[in-house]
Amino acid sequence: MHELGITQNIVAIVIEHAKGSKVQRVVLEIGQLSAIMPDAIQFCFDICTQSTALEGAILEIREIPGLARCRQCNTEISLDKPFGICKCGGRLDLITGEELKIKEIEIEELCV
Amino acid sequence: MCVTCGCSDEDETKITNLETGEVEHHHTHTLADGTVVTHSHSETSQIHAKVHGTTISLEQDILAKNNLIAAQNRGWFKGRNILALNLMSSPGAGKTTLLTRTINDLKHQLSISVIEGDQETANDAQKIKETGCKVVQINTGTGCHLDASMIDRGLQQLNPPLNSVVMIENVGNLVCPALFDLGEQAKVVILSVTEGEDKPIKYPHMFRASEMMILTKVDLLPYVEFDVQKCIQYAQQVNPQIQIFQVSATTGIGLEKWYAWLNNKV
Repeated sequence: MHELGITQNIVAIVIEHAKGSKVQRVVLEIGQLSAIMPDAIQFCFDICTQSTALEGAILEIREIPGLARCRQCNTEISLDKPFGICKCGGRLDLITGEELKIKEIEIEELCV
Repeated sequence: MCVTCGCSDEDETKITNLETGEVEHHHTHTLADGTVVTHSHSETSQIHAKVHGTTISLEQDILAKNNLIAAQNRGWFKGRNILALNLMSSPGAGKTTLLTRTINDLKHQLSISVIEGDQETANDAQKIKETGCKVVQINTGTGCHLDASMIDRGLQQLNPPLNSVVMIENVGNLVCPALFDLGEQAKVVILSVTEGEDKPIKYPHMFRASEMMILTKVDLLPYVEFDVQKCIQYAQQVNPQIQIFQVSATTGIGLEKWYAWLNNKV
């Protein structure tokens, strides 16, 4: 449900950076451990962008898998949930998987 | 391919001024609507980008604005020596009951005021108000959580005294509130024994973000199937540092530990 508010944030940030230009593409990075559902963002994106400079823009979501490092033995471990413990019993520090970022945008301005 | 703008080399004229070293492009584009545009220019990157689309690298954190306001709230609290706690749980876990009991019991030791978050109604704020403490209700409408700017506006209304405690009762929801920093000093998750003991691993974000878990309604343990040890084990699995208190706001069991923690924090 929070995806709607987050998508509204995304649209506002992109409009601010596009400075009046039409937006062709928005690239997001969403960590797989971030509690944000890419499908829900995609769904909300079409609604939130209506009648804005982003209308019709392509939304590209890059999902970043969860990765953690053991504090004890330094092993890197993939995670599919935001918690866990190393085989050696050590605690884990998350390295990736919690991203929630607008990576880049592509804007269009016709010069004639 | 042109390295400056990524344009194809075909039907492209490149004019280089040997005196200035400036390279001028001259070429034709067919726009989406079929219009053919031919132009020449020296500021290749800019104009070509306009036709082909300019990629702007943003690297912008989507929650940056919320986090900035939260940081301001945190400074606001700190400057006034106010302890702010963000109380979160699923609907019906007993946040309001725990709060009213806490306020009543600690009235003479601590000055507590409340920001109450709900989608609709001021029912809970009304219950809190009966304790005699200051309270502001924030109705989020369809919103499923409080955010930092709501707290900022709420604080203007609440105007809590210096050296006091502000309890923020978040919207009943075990998912969304965990993602939004309000500027609180600690997040506290409240879980009741009438819910499943596996809630911590079902909603790990909430339990990972919280400094403390208060297990409420323990007076009902004889009547419900709830494995306390398993629940604690799950909570620690998600968050090894989490502190856990077992209380009943109805009978008062276990509350003294929660009060001691609060007094310690102030």
